[in-house]
Amino acid sequence: MSSRPDEFAPLPSASGQNVPLEAGQERRDFLKLALGGGFIAWIAAVAYPVFSYLKPPKQAEVEVTSVKVGKIAEIGKDSGMIVRFGSKPVILIRTADGEFRAFSATCTHLDCTVQYKKDLGVIWCACHNGKYDLTGRNISGPPPRPLEEYRVIVQGDEVSVLKKT
Amino acid sequence: MKKPLRKFYAWLDERVKISDLVQFMGKKYVPVHRHSVWYYFGGVALFLFIIQVTTGILLLLYYKGSEQLAFESIQFIMSKVQFGWLVRSIHSWAANLFILAAVIHMFSVYFERSYRNPREITWLTGMLMLFLGLGFGFSGYLLPWNELAFFATKVGTDIAGVIPVVGKPLMIFLRGGEDVTGATLSRFFGFHVALFPGIFTFLLVIHLVLVQRQGMSEPLGLDAAHERKTMPFFPNFMLRDVLLWLIVLNVLAVLAVFFPWELGRKADPFASAPAGIRPEWYFLFMFQSLKYVPPRILFLDGEVLGIGLFGVAGLIWLLVPFWDRKSSRGLRGKEISYIGIGVVVYILVFTILGWFL
Repeated sequence: MSSRPDEFAPLPSASGQNVPLEAGQERRDFLKLALGGGFIAWIAAVAYPVFSYLKPPKQAEVEVTSVKVGKIAEIGKDSGMIVRFGSKPVILIRTADGEFRAFSATCTHLDCTVQYKKDLGVIWCACHNGKYDLTGRNISGPPPRPLEEYRVIVQGDEVSVLKKT
Repeated sequence: MKKPLRKFYAWLDERVKISDLVQFMGKKYVPVHRHSVWYYFGGVALFLFIIQVTTGILLLLYYKGSEQLAFESIQFIMSKVQFGWLVRSIHSWAANLFILAAVIHMFSVYFERSYRNPREITWLTGMLMLFLGLGFGFSGYLLPWNELAFFATKVGTDIAGVIPVVGKPLMIFLRGGEDVTGATLSRFFGFHVALFPGIFTFLLVIHLVLVQRQGMSEPLGLDAAHERKTMPFFPNFMLRDVLLWLIVLNVLAVLAVFFPWELGRKADPFASAPAGIRPEWYFLFMFQSLKYVPPRILFLDGEVLGIGLFGVAGLIWLLVPFWDRKSSRGLRGKEISYIGIGVVVYILVFTILGWFL
């Protein structure tokens, strides 16, 4: 039972005459639709800028394709170092027999930065004990994929790391 | 009461009918039984939260939330500001004790089945506050911008990125970009000092109002033979509460003074993750589990599966009042205890493994 008995009664028209019941209902439906639609549009108008604001803008980044690391003599055999490659860390390894290798230093498991583990001769991630061999292949622990390989070029005595094309 | 105080009370009562509230408090009783001790842990968590708000505001006076200045500003707080070392140490220790108190509170409520009808909403708000507490811990951990925090945040946000479909955008939203940078620090700082406290306070008000309105839950099967004993909330229970708070404050002071919280080394995004890195103890069991998950299980990435399982388990746990139909009917089902014991044992074993391995 409605607390307002005249809720569905015919609405008085502007001219003072009663509008038939169906017409009143239609008008009510139209108003409901307009108000509801307006409300949804209003929500969208508020939510869209807010959500767009939350998304960090793309920073213009200089695409780095090669990085000079240093002189051969400065890099000892059987050692590894992290090289800043644009905004990404790359690990440069010089094996015991003097060969250079470079890989992305970002562990494929959960984004930690790997290191060269001398005693085991592997690339090791301290976060979850993931291991890669010196070709970047994931050999033990949770990493699901091998490390991305980079090219190392030695020109004269200068060592550079390049992105593989 | 002294005369001016009495006059003020009368003045206030005339306007806001405070005597109703006083009467309500006076009539509130706390059940006394052999499980009553568990009633205190919610109060302890509340007390520690108040300490966090207070020390947090103090830290805000000197902390600078930027990549270049965060680490140095905490160094400054700890070495130059008078009692800065104490305030920061208390904030760090109280954060850990808060999680501990909240976890004990949560498990005691679980094992007593106090979440049952009519207290489902109290359970839900409590669980959400516990999750938020973990969020507080995770976001606050990054703020010193040290080496451990940097990699913990990399791993933690990468875990969010593992979630199918929404994961990647969520990770970028959390990090403020593709990588963990100063942008991440700014966001976490905002979450930690504004967003989370706001939501937490809202949930806390609901939680406390419900506890006051519905009274303390009594364990199932208690009302059988013997007479029910109670204790007035005011002042008997409250004085016990306050005494315990005092003890907690002393424990906190001893910990903060004799085991000051370390700052570690400043984060370097171009350094390897240091050996022995691990998250805070309350994330250890998940951390350790992830170490054991193989890279691929059937057609799924191991990490997706591992993280997915924890997510599902958390959701089932959150919804326990709605699937445990027995306790709402006043029956004490054994399976709830077995599940609970299983979860506690799992968490304990993996935490210990994570700690010592």
